[in-house]
Amino acid sequence: MKQRDLVVVSAGLSQPSSTRLLADQLSAAAVDAAAGLGVRLDVRVVEVRDLAHDLMNHLLTGFPPAPLKAALDAVAGADALIAVTPVFNASYSGLFKSFFDVVEKDALAGKPVLLAATGGTARHSLTLEHAMRPMFAYLGAVSVPTSVFAAAEDWGGDEAEGQLRARVVRAATELAREAERREPAAVADPFALTTSFEDLLAGR
Amino acid sequence: MQFGIFTVGDVTPDPTNGRAPTEHERIKAMVTMARHAEEVGLDVFAMGEHHNEPFVPSSPTTMLGHIAARTDRLLLSTSTTLITTNDPVKIAEDYAMLQHLADGRVDLMMGRGNTGPVYPWFGKDIRAGIPLAIENYALLHRLWREHVVDWKGKYRTPLQSFTSTPRPLDGVPPFVWHGSIRSPEIAEQAAYYGDGFFANHIFWPASHTQRMVALYRQRYAHYGHGGEDQAIVGLGGQVFMRRNSQDAVREFRPYFDNAPVYGHGPSLEEFSAETPLTVGSPQQVIDRTLGFRDYVGDYQRQLFLLDHAGLPLKTVLEQLDLLGEEVVPVLRKEFAALKPAHVPDAPTHASLVAARDAAEREKVQA
Repeated sequence: MKQRDLVVVSAGLSQPSSTRLLADQLSAAAVDAAAGLGVRLDVRVVEVRDLAHDLMNHLLTGFPPAPLKAALDAVAGADALIAVTPVFNASYSGLFKSFFDVVEKDALAGKPVLLAATGGTARHSLTLEHAMRPMFAYLGAVSVPTSVFAAAEDWGGDEAEGQLRARVVRAATELAREAERREPAAVADPFALTTSFEDLLAGR
Repeated sequence: MQFGIFTVGDVTPDPTNGRAPTEHERIKAMVTMARHAEEVGLDVFAMGEHHNEPFVPSSPTTMLGHIAARTDRLLLSTSTTLITTNDPVKIAEDYAMLQHLADGRVDLMMGRGNTGPVYPWFGKDIRAGIPLAIENYALLHRLWREHVVDWKGKYRTPLQSFTSTPRPLDGVPPFVWHGSIRSPEIAEQAAYYGDGFFANHIFWPASHTQRMVALYRQRYAHYGHGGEDQAIVGLGGQVFMRRNSQDAVREFRPYFDNAPVYGHGPSLEEFSAETPLTVGSPQQVIDRTLGFRDYVGDYQRQLFLLDHAGLPLKTVLEQLDLLGEEVVPVLRKEFAALKPAHVPDAPTHASLVAARDAAEREKVQA
C-alpha cells in the first residue's frame, strides 16, 4: 500500500474550536477516500494557536523557534495539505495568514491543498474563493475545486449536517486523488549548493 | 587562536535613560573600545560598514587607519566590507593603503549587506547581491595579485592597463574572510579561493552556522587547499557578563528587550536557548564558547559583539575587562590544548609573507 503524508493546518482560537472540528472531519474523510484508492494517509495536525508566540517571534527575528520549525518542515514535506481558518472581517484570520507568511518560498509549489473555513453564518462562505484561493494560487499550491465552509447552522440540524457531510466527502476525495497520483513531496535543502563556482564566475 | 570584538556601530538610545550618544561620541567610543581591546590582551578589532542611519561607520579605512596609529599589536579587520556596493578598485586601493600604514596588521571580511534601499544609492540592485559579490571579488583578487590588469565585467566600467596603487605591502594581499549567514554560494566562494569563512553566529540559530561551516570545509578540501579540518573558520558570538550571572541577566534585560533586530520579540531566555547569546558569568561564557567547537570543529578566530543596543561605553569597557582578564586566557589555553598540530592558525601578514617566500624558494630549488 502506498503511503502519503497529510498535514492539517487548523487556525481556530477557542478550544475546542469549530475550525478544528471541521479540520478533523476533513482529514478523516481524506484518510477514508485515500484508503479506497490504496493509499495510507498519515495525518499530522498543526494547531496554529499553539505556535502563536513562535510565529510573532519568527516575524521579528527572521528565524523560527524549534516547535514552529518542526511545523513548517512538516508542511513543506507534506504530500497533501488541509488548511482551515475561521473567517475574521471577511477574510482568513491574521494568525492563519501569519503562518503562511513564514512558510519557506516554494514550499507549497505543486502541493495539493484543500481549503476550508468556518464562520457564524453562510454569508461569509465566499471568503474561501476571494481570499483563500488567491493566496494559495500565489503560493503555487494546487487547490482542489471543492472548498468547504461550515457555518454555525451546519453544526446543528440533521438536514444541514447532511449537506456539509456531502461537501466534506467530495472535497476530501478530490484531495486524496491528487495525493495518490503524485510522487512523494521532495523538500529542497536551503543549504545545498545548486550551481558550481565556475558557473557563478562564468568567465569573470 | 585569535580573540577579538566586532562592532556594528549603531547609535541606539540607552533604554534605561533614553539617552543616545551623538555620532561623535559613538565614533570616539569605538576607538576607545579598540584601544582597550588591545590593552586587555585581545587580538582583533573588527568594525562594520553601513551607509544608513542609525549606524556611523561609513568609512572603515579612515577609522581603522586612526586606530592603527594608536595601537601596536591589534589586528584590524572589518565585519563586513560591502563587496556588493563598493567599487572593488577602491577596496583594493583603500585596504592596501591601510595595510601599509598598519604595517600589515590588517585583514578584511567580505559581506553583501542586507539592506535593500542601500544598493540603489550606489547604483546597484540587491537582487544581484550574489553575482555582484562574485564578480567584484574576482576583480579585487586579481587587482591585488596582478600588477597590470585588463578586465571587463557586468557591473563596472572595464579596465585597461590598470594598476591599483599602492601595491599590497611586501607584495602580499591582506587575508580575506567571507561572511554569510545562510548563502551556500558564499561558503563556496571562500572555499574556491582558499580564503577564510566567517559565520556571524549571532541573532540566528547555531544550526545555520553548523551547516554553512560544514559546506565550506568540504568545498575547501574539494578545491585542494588542505584537509577539511585545515580550513580557516571564524565565528561571532554575543555575550554580556557580570561576576554573578543573576546580575548579568538583570542588567542586560532592558537592553535585550528594546534592542534593534530582536527586541520586543522573544524573551532573553528563549533567545539565549535558540541562538549563541550568552548572558551570565564569565564561567558560563567560557563553557558556552568552548561548546562552539563541538559543532564547527577547531576554528581560528572568535569575535564577540559587546557594544550594541545602547549599552553605555563604561559598561562595554567593563565587559572588555572581564573578557580580557577572565574569559580569553582560559579559552586560549583550553582551545590550544584541544587543537591538533596539523590545524593551522589564522593567517597573518607575517605568516603569509613567510609562506610566499617558502613557496618561492621551493620554486628556485626545483
